[in-house]
Order: sequence, then C-alpha cells, then structure tokens
Amino acid sequence: MELFVASPILFPLLGILLNVLIGKKLGERGVGWLASTVVVASFAVSLALFAQVAGDSEHAAVHVKVLPWISAGPLQVSWGLLVDPLSSVMMLIVTGIGALIHIYSIGYMHGDPHFQRFFVYLNLFIASMLTLVMADNFLVLFVGWELVGLCSYLLIGFWFTELKNAAAGRKAFVVNRIGDVGFVLGILAIFVTFGSLDFAEVFKAVKAQGGALAAAAGVITLLLFIGATGKSAQIPLFVWLPDAMAGPTPVSALIHAATMVTAGIYMMTRAHALFELAPFTQQIVALVGALTALVAGTSALRQLDIKRVLAYSTVSQLGFMVAAAGLGAYVASMFHLLTHAFFKALLFLAAGSVIHGMGHDRHTDPQDMRNMGGLARRMPVTFAAFVIGGLALAGVPPLSGFFSKDEILLAAFTHQPLTFLLLGATAIVTALYVGRQLILVFLGEPRTASAAHAHESPAVMTAPLIALAVGAVLGGALNLPGGGWLHHWLEPLIAEQAKPLNLPLAAFFTALSVLALAVAGWMYRRPERAAREVARGVGLFLARAWRIDDAYAQVVVKPFYFISTVCAQVVDVGLVDGAVNGVGDVFRRLAQLVRGLQTGLVRNYGLVMLLGAVLVTAYFVVVR
Amino acid sequence: MMINSTDVVAVLPFISVALGSVGLLIADLLIPAERRHVTAWLAAALLLTAAVIALSLLGSPTFEAFGGMVISDPTAFFLDTLICTIGLVTILLTLRYNQVRGILRGEFYILLALSISGMTLVTHANNLLILLLGIELLSIPLYVLCGIARPRLESEESALKYFLTGAFASGFLVYGIALTYGASGTLSLQTAPAAPNVSGDPLLLIGIGLILVGLGFKVAAVPFHLWAPDTYEGAPTTVTAFMATATKVAGFAALLRVLHGGLPGMESTWQPLVAIIAAATMIVGNLAALAQQNLKRMLAYSSIAHAGYALVGVAAHDTTSVVFYLTGYAFTTLAAFAVITAIGSSEGEEMQFLEAYSGLGRQKPLLGAVLAIAMFSLIGIPPTVGFIGKYFVFQAAVAKGLVWLAVLGVLTSAMAAYYYLRVVMVAFIREGSAAAPLPTPSAPRNLAAAISVAAVFVLGVVPALLLSMIGNGMLSTTP
Amino acid sequence: MPTPNVINGIPLWWYLLVASGLFAIGLYGVLARKNAIAMLMGVELMLNSVNLNLLAFWRYLNPTSAAGMAFAAFVFVVAAAEAAVGLALIISVYRTLHSIDPEKLDQLKL
Repeated sequence: MELFVASPILFPLLGILLNVLIGKKLGERGVGWLASTVVVASFAVSLALFAQVAGDSEHAAVHVKVLPWISAGPLQVSWGLLVDPLSSVMMLIVTGIGALIHIYSIGYMHGDPHFQRFFVYLNLFIASMLTLVMADNFLVLFVGWELVGLCSYLLIGFWFTELKNAAAGRKAFVVNRIGDVGFVLGILAIFVTFGSLDFAEVFKAVKAQGGALAAAAGVITLLLFIGATGKSAQIPLFVWLPDAMAGPTPVSALIHAATMVTAGIYMMTRAHALFELAPFTQQIVALVGALTALVAGTSALRQLDIKRVLAYSTVSQLGFMVAAAGLGAYVASMFHLLTHAFFKALLFLAAGSVIHGMGHDRHTDPQDMRNMGGLARRMPVTFAAFVIGGLALAGVPPLSGFFSKDEILLAAFTHQPLTFLLLGATAIVTALYVGRQLILVFLGEPRTASAAHAHESPAVMTAPLIALAVGAVLGGALNLPGGGWLHHWLEPLIAEQAKPLNLPLAAFFTALSVLALAVAGWMYRRPERAAREVARGVGLFLARAWRIDDAYAQVVVKPFYFISTVCAQVVDVGLVDGAVNGVGDVFRRLAQLVRGLQTGLVRNYGLVMLLGAVLVTAYFVVVR
Repeated sequence: MMINSTDVVAVLPFISVALGSVGLLIADLLIPAERRHVTAWLAAALLLTAAVIALSLLGSPTFEAFGGMVISDPTAFFLDTLICTIGLVTILLTLRYNQVRGILRGEFYILLALSISGMTLVTHANNLLILLLGIELLSIPLYVLCGIARPRLESEESALKYFLTGAFASGFLVYGIALTYGASGTLSLQTAPAAPNVSGDPLLLIGIGLILVGLGFKVAAVPFHLWAPDTYEGAPTTVTAFMATATKVAGFAALLRVLHGGLPGMESTWQPLVAIIAAATMIVGNLAALAQQNLKRMLAYSSIAHAGYALVGVAAHDTTSVVFYLTGYAFTTLAAFAVITAIGSSEGEEMQFLEAYSGLGRQKPLLGAVLAIAMFSLIGIPPTVGFIGKYFVFQAAVAKGLVWLAVLGVLTSAMAAYYYLRVVMVAFIREGSAAAPLPTPSAPRNLAAAISVAAVFVLGVVPALLLSMIGNGMLSTTP
Repeated sequence: MPTPNVINGIPLWWYLLVASGLFAIGLYGVLARKNAIAMLMGVELMLNSVNLNLLAFWRYLNPTSAAGMAFAAFVFVVAAAEAAVGLALIISVYRTLHSIDPEKLDQLKL
C-alpha cells in the first residue's frame, strides 16, 4: 500500500533515472515519450487513489507513513503521505495538466540541444510538486516547497547562455528565499506551539483549544502568509514571476501558472483551521490578495510581450485566490485554482504555439505582440484555443472562469466592501487586457514577415490545447452555484455554507466584462496604430508594473550591495582593524612612552583576541 | 595506578592512531622516496582501522577510565569515527594534489595521523590536563602541515600566522585552566565547579572565560577568527580541507566536553555569552563571505559562519544537534574541497578565483554537480543534510527560549544563499574561459567526492540513521 | 583539609600577582615586538607565568594531589614542543623572505 500511494512520486523519479542513464540512446522522441509516460502513469495512480477516496462513504483519507525520517526528542517526523479530498484534487491537477504539458513539450522543445535535461527537470518538478501536495506534515511540505523552488530556478534559467535568463532564475530564487524565511519561522512557531508538525495532530489541537490559541495563531498565520506571498507571487514579493517568463513556455504554463504558484493557496487552505483563528491575518490576506489582483491586472494592460501579459494576469488571478482565502471562502479559492489551472495553462500553451509559429526569423522577437497580427487565419486551432481561454479568463458565461470568479466576488460582496471594490475593478480590467491581447495577436493584418509566414503547430502541440480547452469550457460544472460537486467533495475538510447564484451580481459583472471587451475592441480597432504606440506617463507606469521593481532596486538592492561592500571593506578592514587601531591607540600611547609601536597583521589578530578575551572575562565578572 | 583493559578500551581509537603513527614514522624510512604514496595508503589503512574500531565501540555504555581522566560515551566514539573518516577522505584527496605540488611526502601523512590522534584524545577528555594535551597534540602537527609546501611563501605565511596566533591562544587556554584549578582545587571536568559556593568565584569565572577564548580560537568563533581566512587561503588546499572539517569538529568536541560535559549547574552563566558569540560569528562570517572572489577564502569565511550555527546548538545545550550539524557540515565541505583540489591540481598552480570555475558545469558535469550539491547543502536546502542540521540547531535554540538566535540564524542563512548560489551560477552559467584548466583525473579523489556527496544525501533523507549513533549525546556522567 | 593562606610568611596572592604581571609582560611581548622570535619568547613567558600560578595553587590549596604539579610539567612539554616547531617555521620563513618580521608577511588578506 505504501508503495502504491508513493508511486505517483516514484514514477517521475524512475523517469529521471532512465533518462539520465539511457537518455542518449533513446534519442529525442524516446526521451520525451518516456518522460510523458511516467507522468501519465502518475496520473493513472492519482485517479485510482481519487476513486478510492471517492468510493469511501465518508471520503476517508488514505494515509501512509512511508519511511521514518527524524526522531529527535519531541520532534517526530516521518515521510508520510496523505491522500484526502483536498490533496487528491491537487494531485489530479498536477499530474493531469503535467502530462498534457509534457506531451506538448515534445513538440515545443523539438531540436533543442538540451532536450534531455529539460525533461529531467520537468519530471523532477512533478515529483517535487506531488511531495508538496501529498505531505502529511509541515516539514515534508516544506521539502516539496523548496524542491519546486529549485526546479523553478533551474527551468527559468534553462536557456542560461543568455545572461538575462540566468539572472531571472536567480531573482526568482532569492525572492522566494525571503518568503521562505517567513515560512520556516512559521513552521518553527507551529512546532513550539503544538509540539508536533503533523497536520492531523496540529489541526486536532486547533479544534480542541480553539480561541485560546488566537495569539499564537496570529503569529503563525502571518509567518505562513509571508511564505505564501513568495511562492504565490503576491505583493510585495510578486516581482519574480513576470521575469520567470524567461523560461521555456511549457514551464511557464505548468509551473508559473497552473501548479507551483498555487502552492501558497494550497498551503493556506490546508492550514485554514489556523487562519480562521486569526481574523487580523485574514483581513491582511484578503487585502493583499485584492491589491495584488488590481496592481498586476492593470500592469497587464500595457505589456508588449505576449507572455508577460499572461504572467501579470497570473499574478492577478492568484490575487483573486488569495483574497478568497482571506475572506474564508476556501472552496471558492480552490475552485478558482482549478479552473485557472485549465484556462491559464491553455492560454500559455496557445501563446507558446504562437511563439513556435512565429519563430523563424532571427531578427524578429517572436514574443513581441507588436510583431504579430492577423494570426487568426494562419493558426485557426491556436486562435480558437486562445479565444476560449481568454473568454474564460474574462469571466464570460458559461465558461469555467465565470463560475469561479463569480463565487469569489460574491464572497467579497457579502464580507468586505473594500476587497469587493478592488476585485470588481480587476474583473473589468481583466476583460480589457484579454481583448487587447486577442486583437493585437490575432486580428488585423500581419505586421511582420514572421507573422505573415506563421503556420499552425503540429498535432502533438494542438492536441493538448484541445484537451485543455474542453476543461476550460466545462470546468465550471465542477462547482455550480448553490453547493456543487467540489463543495460536497471538500466538505469533510472545509465546512462552508454554500451560496446560491446571486443573479443581479452575476449579470452585472457579465455585462461589465462584455462591455469591457467591446471597449477594448473599440480602443484597438486599428491594431497597426496601437502597435506603434509608445508608452508614456500612466501607460509607462503600468508597463513597468507600478515601478515596484525600480523601487526595489533603489531601496533594497542598492543598499544591499552597499552593505556587503561595506562589510568586506569596512567591517573587516575598517571596523576590526579600526577597533584594533582604537585599542591599538591606547596601547600605542602607552607604548610610545617606552618605544615606538608599529602595527603588524599578526599583531592585529593578537590584539583582537586580547580584546575578545577582555570582553569575555568582563562579561563573566561584571554581568554576572 | 594499574592500567587495566577497560582503560585501554576507553581510548582504543586514540591508542591505535598514536601507535600507528609511530609505526608509520618507522615504515616511512623503509619506503623509497619515489614510492611515497605507499605511506599515504598505509595511513589510510590505519585511519580506516581506527574508524572501524571506534564504530564497533559505539554501543558500549558510558564509563570513565584512567581514574576519571578520560570518559567514553557513544558521542565520544562517534566523534572518533567521524574524525578518522574525515582523515581518510582527506588522504584520498591528497594523493593527486600533493603529487602535482611535490608535497607527497611521508611526513605529511605522519603529521596528519598525529594530529588525528590528538583529536581522538580531545573527544574523550574528562580532565583539563587531557584537554590541553589533546589540543596541543592536534595543533602542533597542523602548524607544520600548513607550512609543508615551502618554499611557497603563502604556505609559510599561513603557517607562521597560524602558529603565532595559536600559541598566543594556548597561553590564554593554559592560564584559564590554571585559574580554574586554583578556584576549585581540581582539574577534573566533572567536579571542577561542583561546590556551590565556588561557582560565583571570580577566579573561576575568569578561568572559564579564558578557556572559552582558547577554544573559541580553535573553532574560529568571532572575535577569535581572524587567523582562519589567512591560514585557510595560504595552506595547501588538502590541509585546508582537513582543518576546516576535522579541526573544527575537534574544537567543538573540546567545547562540548567543557560546557556540556563539565561545569554542571553553570549553564545559566555561559549560555548568554555563547549565544552572543554565536550571533556575532554568524553575522560576521556570512557578511565577509559575501564579498569574496576567492573560493578558498570564501569557504574559510563560510566555515566561520557555520561555526556560528554549531554554536547556536552549543548555546542551546543540545549536544546531539551540534554533533549532527558538524557531521553534515564536514561532509559538505569535503565535497566542496574535492572540487577545488581537482581544479587546482592541473599544473601545480592554484586556481582559487571564482573565474577559474566558469563553465565547469558544462565541461565536467559531474564535478560541477558535486560543487552545486555542496553549495546547496551549505545554504541548507532540503533534501541535503545542511537543511536538517540547521533545522536541528534552530529547533534546539527555540526549545531553550533562544528564539532571537534562531531567527537570526534563519536570516543569515537566507543571506548566505546569495554567495553560495553565485558559485553555482559561475560554474553552470558562464562560458568557460580558455584560461581555466581542465581538472586532472584522479580516482581516489572521485571516490572521496562520491563518499561526501552520498553522505550529504543519505543524512539529509534519513538523519535518524545518524541520530541513533550519536546517542543521547549528554556527555556528563554526573548523576 | 584546611588550606593555609600564608606559607613562610608569604601569602598566596603575592604569587598570583607576580604571575599575572609576568603574563602581562608576555602579552605585551607578543603584541608589541616585530620580531617573530621575540614574539615566541613572549608566548613562553605567558606559559611560564601559568606554571608559577599552577605551582602556587598546588602548594597552597591541594598539596596532597599531584595534579597541579603534573600539569605544570605538561606545560613545560607543550612549551618546548611549540618552541621547536615555531623556531623551525621561523627559519623556513627566513630562508624565503630573509626577514623574520611578521609584518612583512601580508600577502594574504581580505
């Protein structure tokens, strides 16, 4: 049983082993299909585990301890795996969408000299993400959390020969480390408070002690949320995600849209019992989420790179999910995570298909929307996929995005007016940038030779598009208003009042979205002219994402470089030697009475040691 | 006093290494000059034997021997095993490196073994006399080893600097021991301050303070660390690898014997001080490492920073976490040095600067991977041992109420990610320069790298394996 | 066992005072001299002041146990070994640098 439950993680690891050992002999096709097959196998096992949980009348979780890990006094941690309604849904998303993207990558990465390495990383990511999702305690979750971060770093910098890409990878890593500091401290705080890191024990204690834990829960949840802002790209740590688009497009779709970036939302949902004890944190979470949604959404309005539009859009949609979690609407949050995984992966893969079709002329940037136009006729399948994904993102009924976004807006409407206003505005902005992107890429006349000669991608790439498009259309059926399937499925974990459809609200936002699409259509009725426009004033401010990156460069990066230089040159040369010279001065004056004293290096070391010895003994004698 | 078999068993690893090095001294005379690697392999066999002996004694219960002068507990035997293993891995690193540099001499290995014999005495010290003897026995051969690459000036400079500061530190240590003796009338660590009216005695407090200064020097804790970067940079890389790992372990063994094993009832006295030193060490070590362009010197500062993390566990009075941390740190650092010795050993010219490593990941993927794994473990990324080790010491600190120290530790290790990752970046992302020499092949060195990397992962995934060997770790036998 | 504070009319703290004075002189020697051999002599002074301490403590506080005296003997051994190795290192440096001023050894820094 242990082996069976662990096999979704083990299959990709097996794939890595085989591809590393005999990848060269298999050739490109063999490597790609082997890597895809192991993920499909993971998906099959996930499906079986899902069926097992579903078949149980109580939806009881499958819980196994695979290996003992740490046993040190009060700290008992094992490599335990937990398949419950929440993690089984995540497993299906990760392996299902993961498998589609593996297959797509066979076409997309065709001819890349590092084909083998790419699939090894991709398999490693699937194994890591499943570790994160299936963990039965915070420490194993953290292991997965760090490993997906590592995969992300490796894959963003995949084409590392370009310095820009390598720098983007490092930026992602360093920014995520800042979040990780909060997360590690949160885990420590959990251990201190509960004496255990197991989900089961921690949440049992939460249930038993309730309000008595309010203060501790406040601290813990704030720290955990800092971790989530890093991984799930929220203010103030979202700056890494747009740069992460330097990675190959399938990576953007899988890691930076559908799965890894949702880890923060998954973690908060997992620990929702703690968050519910901390109303203050919840308010912060809701506001940060809503603010991120608006800031990123407006930034998407002015991007020129086809992938950066989608990247800011992802940040914005993650803001929706985080805000929903902050509002206590965890089911709505998970629902949006699910539908977003479909339509955003679809959009990214469609964008990848566009880039693939465009990329024949070395002198034209195949990702710059100014170089596109009129692709609808040349790439009909991609166009259809992009329209479906875009309309789902804009929240046009009856596509999946409509249902999930509506649930979040409804939750905000009944709870927090400010959050509601921010999210409502974002919903309108979303439709605007979707319309703009559709027009600039697909309509009008081709603006470059590359666009004029673009061609539809091969079947190995369009087939996953079609599969994801079906999900993006029908995903809404998973949780129809008034207590749909997902709601009942998560009920053992998250007891939440189901809300019926608020028809006026839904109609209002549908009308607004359609109106915004129309406005976009009118604004960009001459795409040729729009493409030549140079961003100025507010436009430039939005194009540079509210200048947050610039602010960081001024406020954080520069001083940091300054401090590190200071430490090298001042602390060691100046301060230590300075202190030495200070002490040395005393000695020197004493000594000059006798004879001249000159400083020497070894002597300086000796003086510092003497100073230390004086401090140590003074501490013992005086402070005691 | 009669010496019985219990006494011999108590320090059997020490006796075997010490007698073995004398044997080595004689054997070396009989080995022709052009076949010096035979001495190396003999020394390796000796250390392997000692490691196996220490390992087999792990299960024995705690007991005192030689009239209470030495103590034997699982932690002591574990540390013996660790130190002998480090010595063994170091010898594997030296074979090619020393040959290229013309320092593949018999005395290198004899001195190495003698130094290890001192270390295996320190781990068992239950008396300040034994402590001093062990520390001097481990230090004096090291002074010579640092300068063994003469007439290379940097080697001589590192040796003389190490010697002068080391002898200076010995002065403090001995003076501290004398004052402690004067305050308590005994040299035994178990009974030294047991008399309650003595524990507030300023004589005793100054004595303990000066002992801490001497031991702080050995582990390179701030502000007694200034010798370390110079010495590490100038010494032959194989000696640096040994000093950064084995000497560090032995220094901490001495610190643990004095603070955790001895001085019962004085924890509240030394804990704040050790915590402050730990904090200063983490901050200064990491900050200074940020600016280094020379990989060897960066690892010297990194070893200072890691002494700070181990000191967090010392301050928290959690021996097990300290020993675990040191074990993980030692293997990680050995892996890093395995790469440096490989790059350095092309034509005898040291290639220490970071630029020399550009393109390494693509030209020699395996060597690059070893370097990357070592850096990831030094940062503390799971599933490497670096993560678990940090987790243990920070958790111990939090459990003792030293939350600020744990927070500082997490912050500084996040900062450290920057300079460790830079190494990975250079190795994997930058184009290789034509000036960078290709590493020379060496099967023993590859074996050493493989052992270290395997340890990094195995201990990172199943630390329980090691924890059961370290035992409960409380070195004190006082009832 | 009662421990006498005065033997032959000399109190214990006289010895301690002389020893600490000697230690301070040794310290000064290490820190102030720019000659490696003189620095080494400073270290020797420090170690010998410790011996004075040890023997005084032994005689005044615990003359029945040999521990203090034995320790002093070991300090001699340590001092001799350090001196031998130190002198060898200094000679080796002198051959390369034609100087025994540690200040000239500043190749390794920052």
